[in-house]
Amino acid sequence: MLRKILGLTVAAGLAATLAAAPAQADSIDDIKARGTLIVGVKADYKPYGFRDPSGAIIGIEPELAQDVADKLGVKLEMVPVVSSNRMQFLEQGKIDLMIATMTDRPDRRKVVKIVDPNYYSSGTNVMSQKAAGLKKWEDLKGKPICGIQGAFYNKKTQEEFGAKIVAFKGTAEVYTALKQGSCVGFVYDDSALIAQLQDTAQWGDYEMGLPTIDDAPWGLAVRLGEGKFAKLMSDMIVGWHKSGRILELETKNGVANTPFAKAMHEKYKNM
Amino acid sequence: MEAFFVWFQWLYDETGINLTYFYDSFDRGRMIGGFFTTIWLSLVCLFFSTIIGIIGAWLQGSRLVWTRRFVQGYIQFFRNTPPLVQMYFFFFALGNLLPRVKNEFGFMEPMLGNFTWAAISLSFFAGAFNVEIFRSGIEAVPESTREAAEALGYNRLQSYIYVVLPLAFRVCLPALNNNLVNLVKTTTLAYAIAVPELLYVSNQIWSDSVNVPEMMVTLLILYVALVGLLVWAMHRWERAIRVPGYGI
Repeated sequence: MLRKILGLTVAAGLAATLAAAPAQADSIDDIKARGTLIVGVKADYKPYGFRDPSGAIIGIEPELAQDVADKLGVKLEMVPVVSSNRMQFLEQGKIDLMIATMTDRPDRRKVVKIVDPNYYSSGTNVMSQKAAGLKKWEDLKGKPICGIQGAFYNKKTQEEFGAKIVAFKGTAEVYTALKQGSCVGFVYDDSALIAQLQDTAQWGDYEMGLPTIDDAPWGLAVRLGEGKFAKLMSDMIVGWHKSGRILELETKNGVANTPFAKAMHEKYKNM
Repeated sequence: MEAFFVWFQWLYDETGINLTYFYDSFDRGRMIGGFFTTIWLSLVCLFFSTIIGIIGAWLQGSRLVWTRRFVQGYIQFFRNTPPLVQMYFFFFALGNLLPRVKNEFGFMEPMLGNFTWAAISLSFFAGAFNVEIFRSGIEAVPESTREAAEALGYNRLQSYIYVVLPLAFRVCLPALNNNLVNLVKTTTLAYAIAVPELLYVSNQIWSDSVNVPEMMVTLLILYVALVGLLVWAMHRWERAIRVPGYGI
């Protein structure tokens, strides 16, 4: 009896492993055979990837994903990912492609194949009341500025620009503190601040007035060793920059055109 | 002094033990600031929680039923809720209801800052325990002693101040020590509302330099030293005010 149970367990385990094993060969062929492209996107990062009232995932990155599916002539399936699982999903073969606001970093390049060139970028900025009139980073001197505990730019804001950092655990606490006036501004990723500022009913009196610093590029990624798919994606990205597709999507989603997107368009438009 | 700091840079290069607050002047400034914020916050809370304890214990013996009920309600509220929740409640909920004042930059900010709220919430939290601790001491004072004071013409307040409290104090000092030691350690919760005390600055430093183990060890050593100092002082005091023959 015991042996039988053991046998069954092993068999079930094996079956599960086989089913979950990533399709090795060449993913473009697999995707075409399957008829769907599975893309990992963010579902909580307005306007880059978020849910509309009906629950469908929309935004800038889902539209880019749709472009890829159209190019391959297959249907698009989107899987919501978060920062802590996006690379694992890709490695395990749960998704074929990841377009999920990921900053391009050398250590990440060892785990997944980040496709060149970069498709987007974000940096550090400060959201503050319009009345505060913050225009340069030096304006922060001596003022209480909210931050997130553990963010790498807190030290810089404090050491180089003389702000008094008041750091909380999560964004919910920071937004409450900002509303009640415990700090003059909030230093954070500019892309997330842009998203927050879109809620004009709540944040109509606030702005992001400083020039963005520490701009870091975002990379979309495929599995390591997917040479053919990576080449195709690289061409797609160049195409997006060339045609001004990124700029167009920014405008469509209410984001002011970012310097990075403009520069990339300038670089590729005549190629 | 400079050579001393440089040695820690060398220690990092050679062994990987990264004590940034020795060789990096910015981190050193933060660390010293955090240390003194912790001490200051502890002293403020020790003082006010003891005062709350003494007054609360006196009011508990009041003849007015509503005064007794009020003290009881206060104790129940602060003893039965987690201090972290109280801190969040004070800072984010009550802080929002207070009138705002203009600060030096011309912005409206809440009347009380995060340090003040931390001090208030921790004093009330530890004070609730102190009331019960003082009550235990008061109840240990024999009825006959109190009657003797009454016979000498002391009224209730006078007998509390001159006879009951001094005796009660000696009885409850060990329990009070325990609670005050706990209070010093609980000041780390002020980290949640961004009071720049030791844990908060350590967290900032280890986020920047990724030297978590070193900062953890530093924190433990500093708290052992701080609490050790408090316990030593309290024991000395306990010995100094001992009444020979009173059995304590």
